[in-house]
Amino acid sequence: MLLKNDKISEIIDGKRVIVKKPELLAPAGNLEKLKIAVHYGADAVFIGGQEYSLRANADNFTIEEIKEGVQFANQYGAKVYVTANIYAHNENIPGLEEYLQALEQAGVHGIIVADPLIIETARRVAPKLEVHLSTQQSLANWKAVQFWKEEGLERVVLARETSAQEIREIKEKVDIEIEAFIHGAMCSAYSGRCVLSNHMTARDSNRGGCCQSCRWDYDLYKLEGDKEIPLFDENDAPFAMSAKDLNLIRAIPAMIELGIDSLKIEGRMKSIHYVATVVSVYRKVIDAYCADPDHFVIREEWIKELDKCANRDTAPSFFAGMPGYNDHMYGSHSRKTTHEFAGLVLDYDKETQMVTLQQRNFFKPGDEVEFFGPEIENFTQVVDKIWDENGNELDAARHPLQIVKFKVEREVFPYNMMRKEN
Amino acid sequence: MKKPELLVTPTSVSHIHDLANAGADAVMIGEQRYGLRLAGEFSRADVAEAVKAAHQYGMKVYVAMNAIFHNDKVDELGDYIRFLAEVGADAIVFGDPAVLMTVREVAPHMKLHWNTETTATNWYTCNYWGRKGAKRAVLARELNMEAILEIKKHAEVEIEVQVHGMTCMYQSKRSLIGNYFEYQGKVMEIERKKYEKGMFLYDKERDNKYPIFEDENGTHIMSPNDICIIDELSEMVDAGIDSFKIDGVLHEQSYITEVTKLYRRAVDLCAENRAQYEKEKDELLAKIEAIQPKHRPLDTGFFFKETVY
Ligand code: SF4
Repeated sequence: MLLKNDKISEIIDGKRVIVKKPELLAPAGNLEKLKIAVHYGADAVFIGGQEYSLRANADNFTIEEIKEGVQFANQYGAKVYVTANIYAHNENIPGLEEYLQALEQAGVHGIIVADPLIIETARRVAPKLEVHLSTQQSLANWKAVQFWKEEGLERVVLARETSAQEIREIKEKVDIEIEAFIHGAMCSAYSGRCVLSNHMTARDSNRGGCCQSCRWDYDLYKLEGDKEIPLFDENDAPFAMSAKDLNLIRAIPAMIELGIDSLKIEGRMKSIHYVATVVSVYRKVIDAYCADPDHFVIREEWIKELDKCANRDTAPSFFAGMPGYNDHMYGSHSRKTTHEFAGLVLDYDKETQMVTLQQRNFFKPGDEVEFFGPEIENFTQVVDKIWDENGNELDAARHPLQIVKFKVEREVFPYNMMRKEN
Repeated sequence: MKKPELLVTPTSVSHIHDLANAGADAVMIGEQRYGLRLAGEFSRADVAEAVKAAHQYGMKVYVAMNAIFHNDKVDELGDYIRFLAEVGADAIVFGDPAVLMTVREVAPHMKLHWNTETTATNWYTCNYWGRKGAKRAVLARELNMEAILEIKKHAEVEIEVQVHGMTCMYQSKRSLIGNYFEYQGKVMEIERKKYEKGMFLYDKERDNKYPIFEDENGTHIMSPNDICIIDELSEMVDAGIDSFKIDGVLHEQSYITEVTKLYRRAVDLCAENRAQYEKEKDELLAKIEAIQPKHRPLDTGFFFKETVY
């Protein structure tokens, strides 16, 4: 069925191409991650300021850093959104106006919010900011979306609980930009409706204090009279609410055909290696599909690539319908990644084939390493001799952030990354 | 002095008569198709009967439509709202803006109470929903006394506060109990088993028991303790809080009735004879402790807690 609101594809020179390419939106927990996300192909990033955002633990941006981030993103034509998606308490009201004005002046493109307090205040004092409704509102039907459209919002992030079919109906009925998650950790509750952390640790999950109590282990019992009957056997893993991380790589074509406006990767707390890996894979998938949707196939190497930075199992969650037990984690809640980030390329000398690299994890001569980045095809090689900045030979690159040099046979570029298998 | 309304959730139509005698001013009812975590399941016929019964005693009836709705139910909201208007329900309790939109279309005079449970956390947002048409805001249970009083000071809508009972800590659309049984390989009879009553999660580290149940709205995990602030009502009565709620979800009918009687006494004394309230309040609390089910310790919720973030 054709969607009313959007024209998704056109026939150009006898070949169908996607004309409505969705935005690839990436998380950026700090300035370095922002630069990496943009450089690796994100069309937009979302960041947290020092207040009003839901990652109280992330090393959030100062206004100065936000300005610098916006300037960097602008060079690539990328957008910067700031999350201000707490449910505010009275005590959070003072200072809000100044904060929103500062964001507007910093050139931020939009804010992602949940609380009407922040929506209306932004409209009043910082009207240039686009306002996007956060998934914290758990928006799951078209009529509620219609409400927020009438309130003047430019975009809504739907509840994680909406399926492809539901998103399609919403798209057909309401003309508003839709942002949907494609990758990353998830609340297993309806967002905004979980206060486990408030109860268990006196930290307010709706103001960024969530300590992921849903990933802890519990024992399930049934009360019969006064008797407590365990509903598990000795060898059963305990009960947990923990959801596997979302991974919708295989659903990207369907999401593009649905006309979803922005595809969002979750994870402001994740490393630059994670951001670079995930962004570059989805960049490739989106570009390949849009260029030739009718001959598109998912390449196994993309799926493998995503796996290199995954520390939890993944699942498609609600996109295809109701998640079953396979979408949950019982027993162990995370695992080691198969690869680890070993270094960041700072420079490369084509004459001498010497790379200058910032160490991010231990490696030594003889290790097999892999390079990747937007300018290159992934390749592996074995590390030969390693030198420090002053030309002293090293038995290994031992120190975090240490600058080292060694020979790399193929050309690499600044911001390219080196990883090695665990 | 103005007395806050005493609002209770009954388990059945017949329970409404007991609650009237126990001194409730209003009841909240509904069915899980539209409402969340109710003490009883009220079909349309039950709702009609409940309204008649309650009105006979001069009690108000609020009907819960505070679920998070997906597209599939949007088209039937209008019919249910029209029905509620016809039978004379006094207000609809909502969280999802789709309900507000539909009320505007089909029953613009119907009163609305805004209740998302966890997100009514500041006075500005309460007033925002007031401007959109709500007459009342039901505050998040995770607020402390100071925050509640400040909200009331700035509120342009009525303010409802839960003073007794269990609260919801977590709602997922996922079938968490059913999935766990399936994961264990106990596939047989999951459909029936997952809806059984009396299940709880045991948290070893905190030695807490969290009631858990599944219904049409997903999986709900409830607080380990019952709030009880029967002895701490003065400040809120003085501030003019409009409604005190006793939530009876997962409790026995007789327990709810008994608790209602005790709160009736407490509210009356607190408003009319403060000295006597001060004298009697510990005794009232002791009376509730005496009927408390073994697995449900009492506490004061978040009223006197600081949460950080
Ligand atoms: S505990 Fe889990 S479900 Fe709850 S807010 Fe945190 S991540 Fe989400």
